[in-house]
Amino acid sequence: MSVLVNRETRLLVQGITGREGSFHTAQMLEYGTNVVAGVTPGAAGREVHGVPVFNTVADAVAATRPNVSIIYVPAPFAPDAIYEAVDAGIPLVVCITEGIPTLEMVRVYQYVKSRGCRLIGPNCPGLITPGQAKVGIMPGYIHQPGPVGVVSRSGTLTYEVVWALTQAGIGQSTAVGIGGDPIIGTSFIDVLAMFQEDPETEAIVLIGEIGGTDEEAAAGYIREHVTKPVVGFIAGRTAPPGKRMGHAGAIISGGQGTAAEKIAALEAAGVPVAERPAQVAELIRKALG
Amino acid sequence: MNIHEYQAAEIFSRYGIPVNRGIVCASPEEARAAAQDFGSRVVIKAQVHVGGRGKAGGIRLAAGPDEAEVAARQILGMTIRGVPVHRVLVAPAIDIAREYYLGVVLDRASRRVVVMASAAGGIDIEEVARETPEKIVREYADPLLGLHDYQARRLGFALGLEQDLVRPFAKLARQLFTAYMAVDASLAEINPLALTTDRSWLALDSKIVLDDNALFRHPEHEALRDPQAEDPLEQEARAAGISFVRLDGTIGCVVNGAGLSMATMDAVKLYGGAPANFLDVGGGASSQQVATALRLVLSDPNVKAVLINIFGGITRGDVVAEGLLEALKTVDVRVPLVIRLVGTRQEEGRRMLAEAGLTVVDTMEEAAQRAVQAAEGRETRA
Repeated sequence: MSVLVNRETRLLVQGITGREGSFHTAQMLEYGTNVVAGVTPGAAGREVHGVPVFNTVADAVAATRPNVSIIYVPAPFAPDAIYEAVDAGIPLVVCITEGIPTLEMVRVYQYVKSRGCRLIGPNCPGLITPGQAKVGIMPGYIHQPGPVGVVSRSGTLTYEVVWALTQAGIGQSTAVGIGGDPIIGTSFIDVLAMFQEDPETEAIVLIGEIGGTDEEAAAGYIREHVTKPVVGFIAGRTAPPGKRMGHAGAIISGGQGTAAEKIAALEAAGVPVAERPAQVAELIRKALG
Repeated sequence: MNIHEYQAAEIFSRYGIPVNRGIVCASPEEARAAAQDFGSRVVIKAQVHVGGRGKAGGIRLAAGPDEAEVAARQILGMTIRGVPVHRVLVAPAIDIAREYYLGVVLDRASRRVVVMASAAGGIDIEEVARETPEKIVREYADPLLGLHDYQARRLGFALGLEQDLVRPFAKLARQLFTAYMAVDASLAEINPLALTTDRSWLALDSKIVLDDNALFRHPEHEALRDPQAEDPLEQEARAAGISFVRLDGTIGCVVNGAGLSMATMDAVKLYGGAPANFLDVGGGASSQQVATALRLVLSDPNVKAVLINIFGGITRGDVVAEGLLEALKTVDVRVPLVIRLVGTRQEEGRRMLAEAGLTVVDTMEEAAQRAVQAAEGRETRA
């Protein structure tokens, strides 16, 4: 078991003929992901690494029945790609793209939700169920199957923590990168709920960072609804207020969103918070007993 | 992206908002002339991208041209929270009956745009939110339909405005919301919004923060950028597509990924050092990008050691190492360098770097510790 993606995943790649789309299609295929189709408007009939390309998502759906779509489309066109996937009835859409205007995401979020679909990202590394399906840009080899669910706002920092877990002999059920933008389709709480329900997830790692109040909301949810052990890590203890730290969402503004507040909220919910990424593995080992 | 008050006022007035239009002045003489033009009492305001200028003495009243010149001279020589003042805005002083707050901002928790108003205008709204949150009224705009007229009116009623003032106020709230959406702002604020003694509304201070992610669809906003208000290193980084924020420590950081970059800074602090910067070279970490990043970090004279932390991931370790060595050929490294490298074929990459005489370590923790020691002038050999 796992959450969101697994052996049953039939993946569609939107923007498959682009540099990123093509490169990562090869990487995902190599990992064993079942990539069934790609879409690039005007490129129907082509193949990318043996994957058939269609003009529209609807055509790809009719021919190959994908159940997950991943988007490698530049920011100005990414919202349209999300709308197209949602309108074609794909229930899970993963948007890797960074740099989508925030007010565009306000509309996208509402639209996706009203159609009963799930969006992961944007500005995220995607998600992986080790040994089953890699739907994203993360390096596959750092993961191994196991009992720990990982949910994170970051990319390379997630790899760092996953790598520490794997080196400590602790595998992962699914690792989900939810994205570093101010508005993202799937929150910590959504993924925590899934991990809580997943029988094969025994413990959870939550990797947050400065900006917004999603970690505080997650802490409240953990206190009320999560019985599995959770370990946290929060990046940005040394970040100054008012400065965007790379991610559009990583900014302390109006005195809100500091690492200290997030750490305090998590600790108050009984979640130990690691001081350094590698310490996450030590805390998880302790939690798993 | 931050823009100046006078620029925000220009945008607001384009959307019909009544603003107290002033004249931007770069010298005391210009300020004198402006005061002369207005022929009244004037207010002189520092144009800087930081808050708290009033408390810092960056806003002065002047009875006439003489006083305006003196006040402008003082303000133009000031540094407000580290930012030198290059321009002032001279505007007519207004007879104010009451001061309000009106703002539009993204509410991340509800994923909606929220319009906020308060009768406690003219003071720091964050302080109001903290200490007397009940004094702020809010209306959440529908993501697809925007702010309804009734919501704008409801703000006015909730503020306890007299009946005849509600409709003009509601119109203003809608105009501010429209401006916010049209320019892709992340914040649009009028504070204070004055009710004048002749019962009309006037924006006395205008503030807009633009969404960096949306700049690509507003090429006209590039002209609003003030190069004098930006750290020169941050400007150079932006041109190279590198996320960079200058801090005041001694350990330069070159990292791939924003989250990992923050975590690296935190590790430096954890081991007793202080990061000199946040720096994310971006996904690919090409040799050219790394070289530019190194040059940026090294041009900060406070930097006493550099920590390079690359989680190559998909990128092969030997390729990253090659890139680093290539980058180092073109950069004069005057301080100790500590490199941590992970990726496929990382052993090969590390060996290549070690053979070139560089300190290469396995973990981020070790790298941070070594960098801190190096910055303190202690032994760093691997």
